Amino acid sequence: METWLEGIVALILVFGGAFLLIGSIGLVRLPDIYTRLHGPTKATTLGIASLLLVSAVVSSVLQGTISVHELLITLFLLITAPVSANMIAKTAMHHDLPAWKRTQGQELIEPASRQAAPDDHQEERDTKLP
Amino acid sequence: MLSWAINFTAAMICIALILNLWRMVQGPSIQDRILALDTMCINSIALIILYGINMGTGLYFEAALLIAMMGFVSTSALCKYLLRGDLIE
Amino acid sequence: MFTVRESRFLPMPFHSLLLLVVWLLLNNTLAFGHILLALFFGWSIPKLVSILKHGHPTIKKPWLTVRYFFMVMMDIIVANIEVAMMVLGPLKKLQPGFVAIPLDITSDLGVTLLASTISLTPGTVSAEISEDRKWLYVHALHMDDPQELIDQAKKRYEAPLKEILGC
Repeated sequence: METWLEGIVALILVFGGAFLLIGSIGLVRLPDIYTRLHGPTKATTLGIASLLLVSAVVSSVLQGTISVHELLITLFLLITAPVSANMIAKTAMHHDLPAWKRTQGQELIEPASRQAAPDDHQEERDTKLP
Repeated sequence: MLSWAINFTAAMICIALILNLWRMVQGPSIQDRILALDTMCINSIALIILYGINMGTGLYFEAALLIAMMGFVSTSALCKYLLRGDLIE
Repeated sequence: MFTVRESRFLPMPFHSLLLLVVWLLLNNTLAFGHILLALFFGWSIPKLVSILKHGHPTIKKPWLTVRYFFMVMMDIIVANIEVAMMVLGPLKKLQPGFVAIPLDITSDLGVTLLASTISLTPGTVSAEISEDRKWLYVHALHMDDPQELIDQAKKRYEAPLKEILGC
């Protein structure tokens, strides 16, 4: 493999690894479940995408043919990462997990857990019932 | 240069896995544990891909694809179970 | 994808193309036998499952779709660097918050695509949708002004999606 290509590939590899590590640091460091969701869904997706890019380039160069089937995993993770993040956030809201005290708009958790519009309050509905 | 980068990246991913494990044990809620498990899945895919690069074979691709699929299915199954109390209605 | 008319021979042309590409990627080859097999799968599987489908939406503007895809890709990279900075930076500066975004899109695919795009881009995760599909609840890692975030999501992502799906 040529030196310049090896250098670029090594740089992308370290970049991807750094993003994976940052995602996990976010998982440990951030204060509540809703903020913790951000680290793994975003940083980790980019990290794994760059690792798979490196894998595709290296195996293409080593085998002498173009090998792109690593793109399948990238595509799969790109589709599934937001879905699993959405499901975890949904579960957290339905279980009324407390948000960090500095979170703005905390009053939205309650209507969201009932899948209602934001101006639909539980108390009003209770009084309307006969 | 590439082998050095592979070693360095593997070390970073291992630290990430330990951090995920800490969050899974520490937890406070079940959702945190599920999130940690999901992230561990992705990190282990990264480790397998890295091993594939190191060995210079494409054989580990299938294993990585399978873990990616199983990770997503298990995350959504666990979330569904927490939401509804059962899986099949 | 491009045809509007329903054909009996190829009930889902876009899905056929997708199956063909995925089969070739999985086997990582362009051999004649595999192309033949992929053509067969791409024709037979959609034909078998076409009984199950109920009116999937068509893509009205293919070129806008390509542009949207690359815009989202760029946004993902920018968003990742932003989130990485926030995660590593001081936690005191962080201002997380919930917002409810009013939706104009009505179709299932449109709402799904919008929610996924919001989850992948600038520091936001879509969390829940109201039962009447008029509100999307979003959690943002850092927001200065809720209204600005709503406007940006509507202008940057919802408007092109609406144009692409034509609803």
